[in-house]
Amino acid sequence: MNVVVCVKQIPDPADPGALDPETRTLKRDVKLILDESDSYGVEMGLQLVDAAGEGEVRLVSMAPNNEVSGLRTALAMGAESAVLVSDEALAGSDALSTAKVLAAAIARCEPDLVLAATESSDGYTGTVPVQVAELMDLPSVTFGKEITVEGGTATVKRQTEAGYDEVECPLPCVVSVTAGVVEPRYPSFKGIMAAKNKPVEELDLAGLGIDPTTVGWAGARQEITEIAEAPAREAGEVIVDEGDAHERILAFLDDLKVL
Amino acid sequence: MIAGAASAHRDDLDVIRTEVRRLADKYGCEYWRGLEPDRYPEEFVADLTTHGWLGALIPEEYGGGGLDLTGASVILEEVSASGGNPAACHAQMYVMGTLLRHGSEEQKQRYLPRIASGDLRLQAFGVTEPAAGSDTGSIRTRAVRDGDVWRVNGQKIWTSRAMYSDLMVLLARTMPAEECERHTDGLSVFLVEMRDDAGELVPGLSINPIPTMMNHNTTEVFFDDLELPADALVGTEGMGFRHVLDGMNAERILIASECIGDGRFFLERASAYASERTVFGRPIGANQGVQFPLAKAYANLQAADLMRYRAAELFDAGRPCAAEANMAKMLASEASWAAGNAALDTHGGFGFAVEYDIERKLRETRLYQVAPVNNNLVLAFLGEKVLGMPKSY
Repeated sequence: MNVVVCVKQIPDPADPGALDPETRTLKRDVKLILDESDSYGVEMGLQLVDAAGEGEVRLVSMAPNNEVSGLRTALAMGAESAVLVSDEALAGSDALSTAKVLAAAIARCEPDLVLAATESSDGYTGTVPVQVAELMDLPSVTFGKEITVEGGTATVKRQTEAGYDEVECPLPCVVSVTAGVVEPRYPSFKGIMAAKNKPVEELDLAGLGIDPTTVGWAGARQEITEIAEAPAREAGEVIVDEGDAHERILAFLDDLKVL
Repeated sequence: MIAGAASAHRDDLDVIRTEVRRLADKYGCEYWRGLEPDRYPEEFVADLTTHGWLGALIPEEYGGGGLDLTGASVILEEVSASGGNPAACHAQMYVMGTLLRHGSEEQKQRYLPRIASGDLRLQAFGVTEPAAGSDTGSIRTRAVRDGDVWRVNGQKIWTSRAMYSDLMVLLARTMPAEECERHTDGLSVFLVEMRDDAGELVPGLSINPIPTMMNHNTTEVFFDDLELPADALVGTEGMGFRHVLDGMNAERILIASECIGDGRFFLERASAYASERTVFGRPIGANQGVQFPLAKAYANLQAADLMRYRAAELFDAGRPCAAEANMAKMLASEASWAAGNAALDTHGGFGFAVEYDIERKLRETRLYQVAPVNNNLVLAFLGEKVLGMPKSY
């Protein structure tokens, strides 16, 4: 079974750099790393290929500056190869432009299954996976926590507020994977060394047959009108135990809908 | 995060640093604290082994990673910098060097792949003896040829991790010192299979743990007519001192790297604490009395780190590096100790509290001013061998 996993390379959250005041977007001229959200999809893809006993995991990514270090991390985990779409005209791409480019790159791979994170850790639009599915005319399932594949059908446990739904979906399809549902493997030393020599096919927009005026700043349909500092974290609520602390804590958690 | 010296900056080292740190951070200081006083970090060592980090120095043709010493030193540095103690397993990386450089092809084929996979643990290095200390030529453990076998009698001390090792590189006297031209002649190296199929110690071998001020799993080892097969001999009979000597530079460079990691740990913790902890209305780090010792420790640590990279580069190039390896170990162990003391002062009473990990790491890093060679003997070496002065001991 051939699985494509969409991965994004983002500025290291530990050292994220700054917002560009002109474009109101995150500066991406720093070293990029694999978005941790995507590591769950990579792990799930590897497990599915292991279970199938054949096939491979291929990565598809898009970056404006030919950055591959984040891809190498996913290759070190066990993915076999990667496709990187890199073109100066991609700078400023909104979610739909991104989906267009990814869909075109994924189509070349002819996968049985496409996995993606539910959302990236820097953009948080959470729309790209379903947009990719729509553009490719594929069925999609969101918030997948467990996937099994048998014959031509994927069975997905889809996380909900109350628990999960079990959804069956014909292959090929696109599934977004919820963060934290599997434990991504740590790359081994040999995996890291092997990743250096794994193929990364670099494509530009011309190679994908995409008009550069339809993506990036030129083709953006989203506009960032304002950026503001995140509000400072509010002080927590202190509960002093007067014999009823446990009840008040339970009520607090109930309000948060985490019970 | 406090970075090490910029020398030897390589993309592959960045990746190693990142991935080892991620793995080490999975454990965290609470894990290491929980091992005190004497539990061996079996889970952590198994994880490092499974991910191929402890076999990194073994050439690829024997199933290892084929990494150079510079890269290996980064692995141990990151474990230290995470708050861990790589002393529990660093020897699995470098003790095999004696076997690799001087063992027969048959010995290498037999052992190295299993050491690389972690099936065999080679992390006991039996050299030091109670009556000999750093005067290795005076060791008394004897190996005598008896037909097809060697019979070993004697005692080793400060043999770390022997309880958690399957193999030991042993240095023993095979020719009486009085018959030798130099007292470091007549010593031979043996590879001892310490355990039987059931995992029990073989007859003639016994081990006593020595409790110490830090969790180091060190022991004394007794040989009572231990029988070794003839092919347990590694390299040339009588040349053992030279055979183990060339592995010591690697050991010193790796230990230096661990100290650099310790120093980074202390300075990261202390500078963060000094910036957050407010007394008399301002952060204590705004006081030069707190800030300057940390800044000075940082400068010394960076300088030591440069020497560590210089030594590692020479080692990897196959060039002589005894002076640089020893200096790196001495400078790094002093720098980490100074950083630890500054961190302890910065934290005040909290530095002595177990949950802050400063006192634990300080105990751990203190060892390296004494081991694997005393810093005074490093000075003696430099004085005599580098500066050409008379022997001082």
